[in-house]
Amino acid sequence: MRYDLQVIASWIDPGAKVLDLGCGSGELLAHLRQEKGVRGTGIELEEAKAKQGIERGLAIIHGDIYEEIEDYPDQAFDFVVLSQTLQQVTDPARLIREMLRVGRLGIVSFPNFGVLGHRLQFFFTGRAPVSRELPYQWHDTPNIRVISIKDFRRFCAQSGFHIQKEVDIRSHHHESTGQEVTFMPNLFSSYGIFLLGSRGA
Amino acid sequence: MSEYTEHTDSGASVGRTEKRFFTFAEPPDVLGVESGRTIGPVSVAYETFGTLNADRSNAILLCHALTGDSHAAGYYTREDLKPGWWDIMVGPGKGIDTDRFFVVCSNVIGGCMGTTGPSSLNPATGRPYGLDFPVVTVADMVRVQKALLEHLGVTRLHCVIGGSVGGMQVLEWAVRYPDMVRSAIPLATTTKHSALAIAFNEVARQAIMADPLWNGGDYYGGQAPAHGLSVARMIGHITYLSDQAMRTKFDRRLQDRSDISFNFEADFQVESYLRYQGQKFVDRFDANSFLYLTKAADYYNLEQQHGAGSLVQAFSRAKASFLVVSFTSDWLYPTYQSKAMVKAMKKNSLDVSFCEIAADWGHDAFLLPNPALTRLIRGFLDRVGQDRED
Repeated sequence: MRYDLQVIASWIDPGAKVLDLGCGSGELLAHLRQEKGVRGTGIELEEAKAKQGIERGLAIIHGDIYEEIEDYPDQAFDFVVLSQTLQQVTDPARLIREMLRVGRLGIVSFPNFGVLGHRLQFFFTGRAPVSRELPYQWHDTPNIRVISIKDFRRFCAQSGFHIQKEVDIRSHHHESTGQEVTFMPNLFSSYGIFLLGSRGA
Repeated sequence: MSEYTEHTDSGASVGRTEKRFFTFAEPPDVLGVESGRTIGPVSVAYETFGTLNADRSNAILLCHALTGDSHAAGYYTREDLKPGWWDIMVGPGKGIDTDRFFVVCSNVIGGCMGTTGPSSLNPATGRPYGLDFPVVTVADMVRVQKALLEHLGVTRLHCVIGGSVGGMQVLEWAVRYPDMVRSAIPLATTTKHSALAIAFNEVARQAIMADPLWNGGDYYGGQAPAHGLSVARMIGHITYLSDQAMRTKFDRRLQDRSDISFNFEADFQVESYLRYQGQKFVDRFDANSFLYLTKAADYYNLEQQHGAGSLVQAFSRAKASFLVVSFTSDWLYPTYQSKAMVKAMKKNSLDVSFCEIAADWGHDAFLLPNPALTRLIRGFLDRVGQDRED
């Protein structure tokens, strides 16, 4: 399993109710179900991936995360996960507010645009960075948001999302190993993972 | 809903099956139906596939669509050319695995495939009921199925599965008998007919009633209103296909001719196909049953019946895990109708999975061979079994 998902899984309590937005074929949910007895639901836009999730015995809803999340009652889940999807979200503040409405806690992970490699690429080549974490050219990327760890922290402060925990990691997208970065994470980590709650929560 | 679509053999079969009968509601303990009238006795034609296990926990109820029957899988005799209507899904090692599950399928009340309906003898007159048969509803169909299951010693269902009007029965089961239904798979269905769906049904009923041979429903013993029934079926077939399916299957190709005829023969393949389907249907179906069953489908309104107009409230009664499936090209029960039920289930924090399968074949897609659908159903049934053991 992807290293960032391993970190996320470690934050989730056994038996918790989990909603995974953009769950793909349900890698995290299958792991949580097996290891922690977690009953989760995933939402996935791509039909093929949604089917794979249902086939492996997960509760998956084939649909759009913005539309689907609106249907859940307040505080229906313990955790709502948005892993490596934030960079594709049109209105992140609205989505995260929804996450914290339907769930007690939100977990958000994203590729850190501020990582050293990106900065060097841009500085030396003058072209938009392309990396293993963000492997697209400017014209074919599904990613519409450029987020650094510093930017995200500021965004949370401004939007009233309380960061309860932050772990920044270095790993490659498909690698199942990685390490935590504590020294200048915005410069040295490839992913940021945040545990969010509402103010006062 | 063209249950006997052509399909290729799909591996192991449940083999020989037998249509059996269960009779209840003998007078004076007659069955009161939703319309306020009573009927009795009621005979139910049913078939079972697989074996009920010792703790009676592996039963699955299949609900057939509008004009289906209890013959979901297997063959009655060695000479049968075709197996039951969902043989691709029901059998040893198939999506609904008869090595693991005890599958029950019965003909609905009001039908004409063995269960009491308008063509059955009315014990009060000694003649077929005709229009004296009470109007029945989807809820009545489900109540009759429940009586059958009690007779078979099944008190809890692992799953209820059905498509189209069968899917309505699935939803009715989940809401009406929540403690009996562990899981439910409504396929290509709706919680209530749209005006469009009612409109097609009404045109089909008018075709039957406009046939002079229909004779106010009293035609048993004489000639049946074959032409009206055949036109009704043709209309149905159009709604089960899609623009894409028809273009692929027929386009504007001509039937057994190189040029148009300049008369009213079946020039086009699509005309010939519809005529053939209509005529074939007449041989196996009763016109009055068609009237009753389409009316039951039109009357169905889950939110009105169980939620005072609110679908969310209606599903607040349900406890089952759901797998809802729709098909992209189904314009009879379009995806928005499945999404509405999924939404109401979610608002009740029910365990629900949903998939809209991309398929060109219109409403009929749920009956056609589809490995993806088979895998979805298998995965879901497995999981429900595991959850039970948690």
